[in-house]
Amino acid sequence: MSPNLRIALRFLTAKKRAMLMSLSCIVLGVGLFIVTQATTSGFEKFFIRTLLGTDGAMRVEDRIQDTMRSMSAPGGSDFQIRQKEGVKYIEGVEEPQRVIEAVRAFANVRAASAVLRANVMLSSSFKNTDAQVFGVRVDDHIQVSDLGRQIVAGSLENFRLTPSGAIVGRVIADQLQLAVDDWFVINLRGESRRYRVAAIFETGVRDIDKARLYIDLGEARSLLKRPTGATFIQISLFDPEKATPEAARMSEVLQHSVTPWRKREYVWLGVFRALQISSGITVTVFTLIASLAMFNTLAMIVLEKTKDIAILRSMGYERRDVTRIFLWQAAIVLAIGSIAGVLFGAGVTWMIGRVPMQVNTIFKAETFIVTYDVKHYLQAVGTAVVMVMVASLIPARRAARLEPGDIVRGIAQ
Amino acid sequence: MQSSSTSAAPESELVLRCTGLHRHLGQGDARVHVLRGVSFEARRGQVYAIVGPSGCGKSTLLYLLGLLDRPDEGRIEINGRLMSNDDDAARTAARGAHIGFVFQFHFLMLEFTALENVMMPMLKQGRLTGPEMEARAHALLGAVGLGAKTGRLGTQLSGGEQQRVAVARALANQPTVLLADEPTGNLDVKNSGLVFDLLTQLAREHGQAVILVTHNPDLAARCDVTRAMRDGLFV
Repeated sequence: MSPNLRIALRFLTAKKRAMLMSLSCIVLGVGLFIVTQATTSGFEKFFIRTLLGTDGAMRVEDRIQDTMRSMSAPGGSDFQIRQKEGVKYIEGVEEPQRVIEAVRAFANVRAASAVLRANVMLSSSFKNTDAQVFGVRVDDHIQVSDLGRQIVAGSLENFRLTPSGAIVGRVIADQLQLAVDDWFVINLRGESRRYRVAAIFETGVRDIDKARLYIDLGEARSLLKRPTGATFIQISLFDPEKATPEAARMSEVLQHSVTPWRKREYVWLGVFRALQISSGITVTVFTLIASLAMFNTLAMIVLEKTKDIAILRSMGYERRDVTRIFLWQAAIVLAIGSIAGVLFGAGVTWMIGRVPMQVNTIFKAETFIVTYDVKHYLQAVGTAVVMVMVASLIPARRAARLEPGDIVRGIAQ
Repeated sequence: MQSSSTSAAPESELVLRCTGLHRHLGQGDARVHVLRGVSFEARRGQVYAIVGPSGCGKSTLLYLLGLLDRPDEGRIEINGRLMSNDDDAARTAARGAHIGFVFQFHFLMLEFTALENVMMPMLKQGRLTGPEMEARAHALLGAVGLGAKTGRLGTQLSGGEQQRVAVARALANQPTVLLADEPTGNLDVKNSGLVFDLLTQLAREHGQAVILVTHNPDLAARCDVTRAMRDGLFV
């Protein structure tokens, strides 16, 4: 053990109460930072997971048509004139099968599913409600979504075997008081068709569960009178985090607008990010208090230990040794506080994750959703290290600047 | 006893020399010219006493000689090397290697045991291994009569015992110069004699120069050389 560390350990005992106060603040600062980040990002991750499992990592939508201001030369030439404002979109995907084949050439694409979508009116014997009908090939669609796992009543097999079957969102089913095998009517442009509830799904995201139902793509073409084409193609990726650059490349190649999930959900993601930052800033106040407490404690120790500093300097201890002795004290308290804070944060996060709590707002959950991310622990400890060590540097440098002659003279003369 | 530094020892025995030291203390109207061109030499194995009335500059001179303070003017040489103009790091290194201090108020580090206090300068120098340091500290504490109290904290020792630990600590790195500022000023007659005898005996045994500032005429009379100061000058 270095002499500086040995001295620092003994000096620590000189101000036990003040040191314990600093330690408590560090534990609270680190722990609460972890808890707030764990809860806010827990809900964010749940939201992202649900949306990826429902609407996929990206969507290929409207076709981009070249205009006079955005055109390329024929005959294999690389010559192109491009202007963003010259882009014109043609609604929907006109040749979904060809686009799906092209999409599958991208290495990161796991699966693709054509979707035909329309706004409709649903009627049951109990009530009417607006909804969006999604026409899908169910075997394709379960490859790009968690629809199979989201079924809470009935089954996909029931849907496959029922010619006019529909998979209805949980909130719609509740509003229309529908159960599996019940009949309801879809009204569109004056035409009405009867469908039977083959299954009920629940994503947990209320906005989806209250407005969406799935029917077979062929049935949807007949209902919407669109024998070809699709509204969009839903794509799942092996690595959803690469959706944004992948979408840009895909858009370039396919000449269709391709929307990655981060762009599609940017409003909610922005809300979560803002919440995470604001809660992080709020609990950083504890760490700030910890750094001030540490500053105060070390400043007091410097005042009390001026004689010891003079002795050390007279024995050949350098200014940097004195600085290190005081920084070691801060580092020891910081290390203990960080470890205790991490354990405290993890413990509280674990307890919060087990508290039964009905969350039924934009999404539905049975308990508070938390996440354990090493990044949060590193951020919490990193914040504490920076703030406490910067605050400790001031009294440590002051101690090092003390002139031993002045100290001894002040007492001896 | 000599009344001035007129020892006939050869030049190689000279361990400390200062010439023309000036030092002002305070600022503005309170600024005082404490040392007014002091010159002094110390030789190996000799014990020097600096005496004089309070405020004459004795302690200020001692801190300058111990490189704890910087002169406004003048030269300080230790073992033939000019140190007065060196930077803080070189002066600190020289303090650790060549100079031992004993202060009036003991200045033990109270959270540490007697043994740890004596080991403290050796730990910084790092010339000895852990067991060697411990053995030397035990030997020094035995030499000052505290062999049975090595494990006691500073707070568990009497004033005389604390000062004896301070003497042992000052000798830890085998310095060439031992500087003592009123080392017996806080002790009773019995302990004063004990500490003085220890200082002089150990210094002579190891060929160290001892410079002590004292108000005690009996102690001064027992030194090899006595230098009297008045108004910032030797008289």
